[in-house]
Amino acid sequence: MSSKLTRSNRAGWVFALPGFSLLFLFIIVPFFFAFWLSLTNQRLVSPNPTEFIGLKNYQDLLSISVITLEPERTEAGEVVRDADGEIEYPRVRTITRSDEFPQYRGMQEWFRWQSGDTAKVVVASDVVFMKALVNTLTFALFIVPLQGGGALLLALLINQKLRGINAYRTIYFMPVVISIVVISLLWRFIYSGDEGLLNNILSALTFGAFSPVDWLGNTDTALGSIIAMSAWQAMGFHMVIWLAGLQSISPTLYEAASIEGASKWQTFRYVTWPGLRNTAVLVLIVITMQSFAVFAQVDVMTNGGPLDSTQTLVFQTVERGYGKQDISGGATISVILFLMVLLISAVQAFLTRERT
Amino acid sequence: MTLTKTTLGALAASTILAGAAAAQTELSLWYHGAGNEVESNILNTVIDDFNAAQSDWTVAVESFPQQSYNDSVVASALAGNLPCILDVDGPVMPNWAWAGYLQPLPISQEAIDGHLDSTIGRWDGEIYSVGLWDAAVALYTRASTMDALGLRTPTLEEPWTREEFMAALDAAKASGNYDYALDLGTAWTGEWYPYAYSPFLQSFGGDIVDRSTYDTAEGALNGDAAIEFGEWWQSLFVDGYAPGTSQDPADRDTGFIEGKYAFSWNGNWAAATTLDGVDDVVFLPAPDFGNGPIIGAGSWQFGVSSACEHPEGAAAFVEHALQDKYLAAFSDGIGLIPATKDAAQMTEKYADGGPLAVFFGLSEEQSLVRPVSPGYVVAAKVFEKALSDIANGADVADTLDAAVDEINDDIETNQGYGH
Repeated sequence: MSSKLTRSNRAGWVFALPGFSLLFLFIIVPFFFAFWLSLTNQRLVSPNPTEFIGLKNYQDLLSISVITLEPERTEAGEVVRDADGEIEYPRVRTITRSDEFPQYRGMQEWFRWQSGDTAKVVVASDVVFMKALVNTLTFALFIVPLQGGGALLLALLINQKLRGINAYRTIYFMPVVISIVVISLLWRFIYSGDEGLLNNILSALTFGAFSPVDWLGNTDTALGSIIAMSAWQAMGFHMVIWLAGLQSISPTLYEAASIEGASKWQTFRYVTWPGLRNTAVLVLIVITMQSFAVFAQVDVMTNGGPLDSTQTLVFQTVERGYGKQDISGGATISVILFLMVLLISAVQAFLTRERT
Repeated sequence: MTLTKTTLGALAASTILAGAAAAQTELSLWYHGAGNEVESNILNTVIDDFNAAQSDWTVAVESFPQQSYNDSVVASALAGNLPCILDVDGPVMPNWAWAGYLQPLPISQEAIDGHLDSTIGRWDGEIYSVGLWDAAVALYTRASTMDALGLRTPTLEEPWTREEFMAALDAAKASGNYDYALDLGTAWTGEWYPYAYSPFLQSFGGDIVDRSTYDTAEGALNGDAAIEFGEWWQSLFVDGYAPGTSQDPADRDTGFIEGKYAFSWNGNWAAATTLDGVDDVVFLPAPDFGNGPIIGAGSWQFGVSSACEHPEGAAAFVEHALQDKYLAAFSDGIGLIPATKDAAQMTEKYADGGPLAVFFGLSEEQSLVRPVSPGYVVAAKVFEKALSDIANGADVADTLDAAVDEINDDIETNQGYGH
């Protein structure tokens, strides 16, 4: 234990101790505490004693099942179709709320697909969690290229030696400095369906051909709107990271490329991009991890959104743990989130490892 | 020597003064009205009068914004930092009492004699909180609108039936003069949803939970009456009678005054502003959807926390605040219903013949408190989400089933919530 780090650095350790102990108290301890809480039925507010319930929270959250529905048939055995020609099926609640199928009690329909005449219905015991999971993954999937790619574009633009380029760098970086809550409030007004700025601009640009869309009130556009806004906000931050990477590429390589007569695209592909490898890995991992923590935008703008279309994992954690006082349920979601992020980061690290 | 004598004299004097001040025990009071100048001023007057009128207790108030008040109290309870007297929203009180944040309020029976029933907060056979006012909801409209659309004016004894109400909305929609016929206030997320909309459900014959046992919502929230309510609720949005869940909060505040909406379902705390902005506003009672016309009840009440060592001081403060003159002052200031008839006579709006006098009767006869259960905190959030989803087009029966399942699970996890 008497390595160089500890031996000659006693003063350093003493100085770091307050910081470390706070980090330990507020991040490390709750981290392990969450694992413990997820195995109990702890409530935020309750005179009842806490009980250890094992994996029941995980079961309640993650149970899914597939039900096969036979179409309604007439006396003669023909399939009944409704006015639109769609096959009519019995309601799922006749199965999930009947005494014949106790294993489906408390489950709700998540989605269904048709195979032939029968419908396969996937029921889940916690549909809101499933939707939150899918939404979070979708958010991460779209925001990585959008934000990372957009940031790269901006970095390439401001990497030129033009006069006043620093002003542009400041302008592009400004959204990062403003609190995400303030930005969410502002964009809520911009996205407003009645007199929102976005609708007005699009209407003006298309000379009135564009009819106003309720961006945040429509299940199709709500998540996309939040993705676009989040990408815009954090782009400046990653632009600076890309910029650092760009400026670390040796200018002699660029000179060599221009001597060889490479086009702009070829320069980018063969000189810039390989030099940005490490930066790209960093940006990718950071954006992915940050995107899983999306909360403030949802909380301020849509509250989970029209029909759960903007539900996210962290939002559900807070809603459940604090709003509905089920702190063990919230802890369970956060443990699942942690495992997911760990897995994805490990996969990313593996895929982007140095191959020598 | 002179210096020492002066110093000793000063010391003695300050000790006596300090001793006198120490005889007054300080009681901390938390209130939810930060940002509301009128309310804060009246409350400060009540507190100053109380502090001056007796020498045992001094009340010191700390105000919080309403949106974060409940969270702040829960957080401070977990930290062991509760004040002595606190303000609690009527339907939340059972949850805080069950959780051990509140202790019973030792208030005398004379002090609450003649008060509206919904202003007394009872749980488990004890009184935990008493309120200075009650709130009611009414259908705001203009007398000119009623004339123009040729509608019968409903009264307390003869409210609109469901058919009459829908016919009124149809007429408003057909006239083309309004953005929407009915402003329900869907922009106000939070406690407004259960407070304002569960009376509709109750008027249809359903309820948030089964009040006979409080241990299930099955049949109450997903029975036939509730499904009928859900389908009617969905039709309001699908058929374009009311703006949806993405209504602009600004429209909610001023839309009726500006003439965007023909009818507005709003609380009587907005009455003062509306009376200023609209000349001929009338306040109609709730429609009767089959089970009698019902409006919500139960507003903010004062209670004493379990951490307080002087509940008798808290009770003394509350009794002082319950004097008719203060009830009338609050009512004039924020437009809510005063807790006693005598106080009502002292106000501008609720005295006999005043513009809002009808609400006193409404509150007495048609109001129904939200379910009195510690489980209400969760049930309210579940109900709000269910109504939001139905308004956005989700399947009515499935959404109500999911809500029932969630409420029942929560009741079971909490071992019945002490019922």
